Amino acid sequence: MAHKSPTKKEKTNTLRAFLVELGIYAVFVTGYFFLVLHYLSEWLQDLHLNHVRLYALATIVLIIGQAVLLENVTTWLLRLLRGRSE
Amino acid sequence: MFFPISNSHISPVYLAAIGFLIGILGGFFGVGGSFIAGPALRAVGLDWNFAVGTDLAHIVGKSVVAAKRHRALGNVDLKLGLIMAVGTMGGAEVGAQLIQMLKRAGNVNFVVSIVSIAIYLSISSFMIWEAWRTLQYQKRRRPHAKIPGTAAKQDESSFSHRTAAIQRLKIWPMISLPASGVTAISLWVIILVSFIGGLFSGFLGGGAGYIRMPMLVYVLGIPTHLAVGTDLFEIIISASYGTFSHAIKGNVDILIALVMHTGAAIGAQIGAISTQYFAGPKIRLAFVPLPLIGAAIVIYTLVTGHKL
Repeated sequence: MAHKSPTKKEKTNTLRAFLVELGIYAVFVTGYFFLVLHYLSEWLQDLHLNHVRLYALATIVLIIGQAVLLENVTTWLLRLLRGRSE
Repeated sequence: MFFPISNSHISPVYLAAIGFLIGILGGFFGVGGSFIAGPALRAVGLDWNFAVGTDLAHIVGKSVVAAKRHRALGNVDLKLGLIMAVGTMGGAEVGAQLIQMLKRAGNVNFVVSIVSIAIYLSISSFMIWEAWRTLQYQKRRRPHAKIPGTAAKQDESSFSHRTAAIQRLKIWPMISLPASGVTAISLWVIILVSFIGGLFSGFLGGGAGYIRMPMLVYVLGIPTHLAVGTDLFEIIISASYGTFSHAIKGNVDILIALVMHTGAAIGAQIGAISTQYFAGPKIRLAFVPLPLIGAAIVIYTLVTGHKL
């Protein structure tokens, strides 16, 4: 069966989807900076100065938690914009 | 943006952009990217101790994203990753002790610089030679077999006869790695490989993916795509350990790491997905500049006396 492969069109669509994804992601991340990181900074600074073991634990929890959250967000955006899972 | 923990002012856009770049490299090659992140953080005035610790924290986050994506693509051998984590942590401790010994002897910078230059140049030279030979061999044998995304994972190496000899070493206990297609290999070989990776991580800093990823391919015989994914999974465990240790010593500004990671999260996904479109030898050939960049940074530091 002849299978047409519109490589250039596919590439353009992928690039467009990626740029849209990047735009939405940038808006989301900007909001995240101001809402979450702003409120966390004082609490984290206090932990860093006074409860160093708790601070060490918080660093691991926060970075892994954010990684899982953002991975889900980017995967959702990919699915939404490309209409399929990667 | 002001980061109170490290008492520094750094643009969040700069941090996210650096994270994005390192995320792509990490997702594609399975490396932590410390050789870029460290100098990039130093360049905006972050103290060296914070640069090292914060970079490790950011590596954890980026590796979670990239490893999760690689796992979805079937590129992670969990059994191998867990075994390697043990050896890596042991090696990292020994590496850190070696650094302390050299510090006491007073020649730590010179020795570490010379060792790292030799290692970086050796890895690059060997990988150029091996990947080039494999690509030439493939070109001669099947000049038209080029189907992106399908043939890409069919991995070959011109070093495979040596790898097979290593796999034939019967040192008890022998284990199998079905996910990687390895029927039997000595547990001690895996521990040794991860220990060496950890040793370089503790000795030279960073995640040492530049040495672990090639060893997974050439010594253990893991296909390149799985080596990248498994290395990332292993880095999650070993870098978490390193982050915790540095955080206790007060060397981690988690807010900087979280901002860097916002860029790395998307970069790592792009890097991981991109591996689908490249065959193993091409990924290995593209890997070559990374240790060379590392060597260039160390040579610059050695010649000028300025740490990047």
